[in-house]
Amino acid sequence: MKSLIAQSHSLADPEVQLDIINNQTEKVKRLEKFESKMDEIGLFPLKPTGIEIFQINVGYMCNMTCKHCHVDAGPDRQEIMTKETLEYCLDALEHSDIETVDLTGGAPEMNPHFRWFVDEVAKLRKDIIVRSNLTILDTRKFEDLPQFMADHGVEITCSLPFYNRRRTDAQRGEGTYDKSMKVLKILNEIGYGKEESGLELNLVYNPVGAFLPGDQESLKQQYKDRLWKDHGIEFNDLFTITNLPISRYLNFLVTSGNLDEYMEKLVTSFNPAAAEGVMCRNTISIGWDGTLYDCDFNQMLKMETENGSPQHIKDWDLDALNDREIITNQHCYGCTAGAGSSCGGATT
Amino acid sequence: MDKKYYDPEDLKKFGDVTEFQKELGDKFFEYYGSVFEEGALTKREKALIALAVAHVIQCPYCIDAYTDETLQQGCSEEQMMEAVHVATAIRGGSSLVHGVQMMNQVKKLSM
Ligand code: SF4
Ligand code: SF4
Repeated sequence: MKSLIAQSHSLADPEVQLDIINNQTEKVKRLEKFESKMDEIGLFPLKPTGIEIFQINVGYMCNMTCKHCHVDAGPDRQEIMTKETLEYCLDALEHSDIETVDLTGGAPEMNPHFRWFVDEVAKLRKDIIVRSNLTILDTRKFEDLPQFMADHGVEITCSLPFYNRRRTDAQRGEGTYDKSMKVLKILNEIGYGKEESGLELNLVYNPVGAFLPGDQESLKQQYKDRLWKDHGIEFNDLFTITNLPISRYLNFLVTSGNLDEYMEKLVTSFNPAAAEGVMCRNTISIGWDGTLYDCDFNQMLKMETENGSPQHIKDWDLDALNDREIITNQHCYGCTAGAGSSCGGATT
Repeated sequence: MDKKYYDPEDLKKFGDVTEFQKELGDKFFEYYGSVFEEGALTKREKALIALAVAHVIQCPYCIDAYTDETLQQGCSEEQMMEAVHVATAIRGGSSLVHGVQMMNQVKKLSM
C-alpha cells in the first residue's frame, strides 16, 4: 500500500481535509464549530498551561502503511529530520527545564541519527519516550535497538490497536499481530514491562473502525488478561487514543460512509473536562523540518503555531511559546470526546 | 410519500420522548443511565447482555446502539456473536421446551 501522497490522492492535501470536516455534507456543516464550543466553556482562545513535553516528529518514513495513520506515513515518505535540526532541538532542550522528550514518526527508529540523538538526550537527563510500531524492531537492522533503548532507560510506547489478530491486522496489515507479539516477548525478556525493572512498556489502543475508545482502565484489564493468557506478555500501562478525522483515517471515514456519524459522535461526546486537559496545552510538536506546531495532528494539517510566536525550532523561546494561542479546527473534537484523548491516553 | 419505519435518525431523537411526558421520561432516562453504570456487573458485561437482548426483541435501534457500545467496550467479534448465540439458544430453547407440553398432550390424547 502506498501513502496518500504517493498516490497523488486529493486527501493528501490538508486544505482538502479541513474542507471535508467543515463542509463536506449538510450534516457536517451544521455541527457547532469547535471554537464556539470552547468559547462556551471559557476556553477560547485556547492557551497553553505550560510546555512540559517536547514531541519531535523525526520523520514520516515508516516500514508500515496502517489504514488509520494520521501521518500518512509509509516506506515511500522521504521527509526525515536532519542532524542539524536535531542539534537545534538539543540546544532548545539544554536551555529549558522541559523534562520529557517524546520521539515519534513515522517509525522514529528509521531516522539515521536516532541512536546518536537518544544518546545526546539521555546525557541531558531528560525522560525519553519512543513511539514504536513494534514491527520495525523485528528487522535485522533494528533488532539490537531494544537493548540500546533499555541501556538508555527509554520508555517504549507502542501501538497495539487490539488484543487479537483479526482487528490488529485489519488496521495495520497482515502479519502485524504475530510480529508484535514476538517483539513484545523480546522486550519482556530484557525487562521491559516488568514492574521491578523500571523499564516502561506502554501500549496504545485505538479503535479499529468508526467508534470511540471505551473506558481505559477496563480495556487495560482486558489487554492484560488476554496478552498474559494467550502469550505470557506483560506491560505497564495502556493508553486509549481516539482516531482524529484527518489523513488516512479521514479517507476511511469518507469511503466507508461513516463521516457524518463519526463527526456527530465526536461533537455530541464533547466533554468540558477533557477540553481542559487537551495535550496541546502542555506539549509542543516539532516537525521533521524544524517547524513548530501545537500538536502532531496540527503538524499533519500544516497548521503552524500562531503567527507572531516562534514557528521554527531555531527561534525557540519557551516564554513566548507558553504565551501563544493554540490553533484549532473541527478535528480537535477528537481530543475532547468522552474521556478525552492524548498521546498519553485519556485525559480525565 | 417518503415514510419509513425505523429511521436511524430517529434513534438520535430518543431523548425527545420527554416532550410529551416529561416526568416519566426523565425518570426513565435517569434509571436507564444508572442501570448501565459500572456495578456488580461491569459496563462491558452489561453491554453484551444488552446486545443479546436487543437481538431477542429484534430492535434495530438497540442492535445498532449496542453494537457500537460493545465495540467501544473492547469486545471482540467472537464475543459479540457468542452473545447473539446465547440469545438464540434461549429463544430457540424456549420454543423447544414447549415440545414437552405437546408431548404430554399427545400422550394424554393417544391410546
Ligand atoms: S500508524 Fe504508525 S506504524 Fe502505522 S503507518 Fe503510521 S506511523 Fe507507521
Ligand atoms: S488536535 Fe491538537 S490542537 Fe486540537 S485539541 Fe487536539 S492537541 Fe489541541
